[in-house]
Amino acid sequence: MTAQGIKGKDVASGNFDQNLSGRYNLDKLFATAAWAATIVSVLILAWLLFTILIDGLGTINPNFFTAFPSRKPENAGIKPALFGTLWLMMVVAATSFPIGVGAAIYLEEFATDNWFTRMVEINIGNLAGVPSIIYGLLGLAVFKRIMEPITGGNSVLSGGLTLSLLILPVIIVATREALRAVPNSMRLAGFALGANKWQVVWSHVLPSAMPGVLTGVILALSRAIGETAPLIAIGAVAFIRSTPSSLQSPFTAMPIQIYNWVGRPQAEFHSIAASGIIVLMVMLLLMNAVAIYFRNRFQQTR
Amino acid sequence: MQDTRPQTMTDVALKAEKISVYYGSNLAVKDVFLDIPRNQIVAFIGPSGCGKSTVLRCFNRMNDLIPIARVDGNISFNGEDIKRFDPVELRRRVGMVFQKPNPFPKSIYENIAFGARINGYQGDMDELVERSLKGAALWDEVKDKLKDSGLGLSGGQQQRLCIARAIAIEPEVILMDEPCSALDPISTLKVEELMHDLKSQYTIVIVTHNMQQASRVSDRTAFFNAQATEAGGKMGYLVEYDETQVIFSNPREEYTRDYVSGRFG
Ligand SMILES: Nc1ncnc2c1ncn2[C@@H]1O[C@H](COP(=O)(O)OP(=O)(O)OP(=O)(O)O)[C@@H](O)[C@H]1O
Ligand SMILES: [Mg+2]
Repeated sequence: MTAQGIKGKDVASGNFDQNLSGRYNLDKLFATAAWAATIVSVLILAWLLFTILIDGLGTINPNFFTAFPSRKPENAGIKPALFGTLWLMMVVAATSFPIGVGAAIYLEEFATDNWFTRMVEINIGNLAGVPSIIYGLLGLAVFKRIMEPITGGNSVLSGGLTLSLLILPVIIVATREALRAVPNSMRLAGFALGANKWQVVWSHVLPSAMPGVLTGVILALSRAIGETAPLIAIGAVAFIRSTPSSLQSPFTAMPIQIYNWVGRPQAEFHSIAASGIIVLMVMLLLMNAVAIYFRNRFQQTR
Repeated sequence: MQDTRPQTMTDVALKAEKISVYYGSNLAVKDVFLDIPRNQIVAFIGPSGCGKSTVLRCFNRMNDLIPIARVDGNISFNGEDIKRFDPVELRRRVGMVFQKPNPFPKSIYENIAFGARINGYQGDMDELVERSLKGAALWDEVKDKLKDSGLGLSGGQQQRLCIARAIAIEPEVILMDEPCSALDPISTLKVEELMHDLKSQYTIVIVTHNMQQASRVSDRTAFFNAQATEAGGKMGYLVEYDETQVIFSNPREEYTRDYVSGRFG
């Protein structure tokens, strides 16, 4: 009797029908559904990883990292693509981080609310959804053709700047989100001490927002590292027999190389494509690890 | 040369003349006249929404930071119009402590050093930090953990840290907006004692909902009230401003008497 009383409807009094057991059942239902969703995605991921590892691990050897592309799969290597991607990422990080974060700081902290800033905001939101091939065409027109004297045409710099453009909206949106999450009381505390806007932003708002900013930047860089279409649009090719030596060098990148290998008829090339995917994945994981390291360091100093 | 102005003039730290504050088209506070005497504690009391915080924010121009806020009328600080001050300079000299403790998410030391550094403090920083923390009656509790985060302190300690941070930049006036509303009675008492000690060097304006606190700490008390407007909003105004002891024992207005004795509404 008492157990019943604790559990359910018997306690209900007056206008309240608590229906505890019904609510708990609903609880369980949603927990199970959420659990199932998680398991499905984890399983798919595990299966993907598994097949890639089976296909690709066998062909990963020192030669694979030091060799240039070749018509014979057993001689083909990933060296130029690996270095090309590293160079690209450096260009992308060096340009998109300061520009993206700077723009977000301006829009969020300094800009007054008027039609111009509202228009900029809406357009940034739209740009985040533009297909990447469009950025490739833009890069082709601007960086490869018009700015050829500076970028050297089909070069690491053109490719990096194109990818930068592609991820700028993402970085701006993520950074603004992070800045908005900083409580306003912190800004007021700074102003009340006689700080000006820049001092408040630089000393308090930005450090507090940094973990969120870094998360956004890394997610954006992860997107950039896997992009193929815009690079192909500006004319990067898989067959390159050198690694970049300067920003104006021609280049190839990991996803282009992988795409090229996957598209060949011989099965051996498919295995080395899988090996390439493994290398790309490890690079991604390393990038994320670095981001998590920095994020934790920022969170500790809070 | 002898100062020929009447003594009462120079003893006024802040003077509000007919200030009205609008938020958008909404008149929030109307026609407030108020003198804040130097080295005294002035308490603002009144029901919620009558504009105490709004008036307080006029004195260090924090309302400038609210885009829709507009302040009419004149406020002078040491006899000079505050509109002629640079807001950054004004806020160094008229400090503020907020209702909710808001230490920076940094070390206790940094919390205090920040204000001093941005205002170009030339002296010994360690010494300033120690002096400010002692001034806020917090030194003994934190002297061994100055490098720890300010957020690791209790609410009462955080509020005293905010007070220490405010006095570190050597303001002339400290504005306190319900500084004890989040504190327990013991911390509240500590802050009140602190205000007593600070009085010799600073002018203090405190907003409080606690009648005992107002009567305990303040020399003068301003009672605000809100009035319904035709537009359906509420408009705050200053009902009565006098010696604290007069407000609490023998106020001119019936309203004031009802409010301070808890028979309001
Ligand atoms: N930032 C703001 N934007 C718009 N209206 C505001 C803003 N701040 C205050 N107001 C309005 O001004 C009026 C006075 O508010 P204020 O915060 O000064 O009251 P208060 O006396 O401090 O109240 P409390 O005792 O609850 O703190 C209120 O009607 C409020 O809605
Ligand atoms: Mg208030």
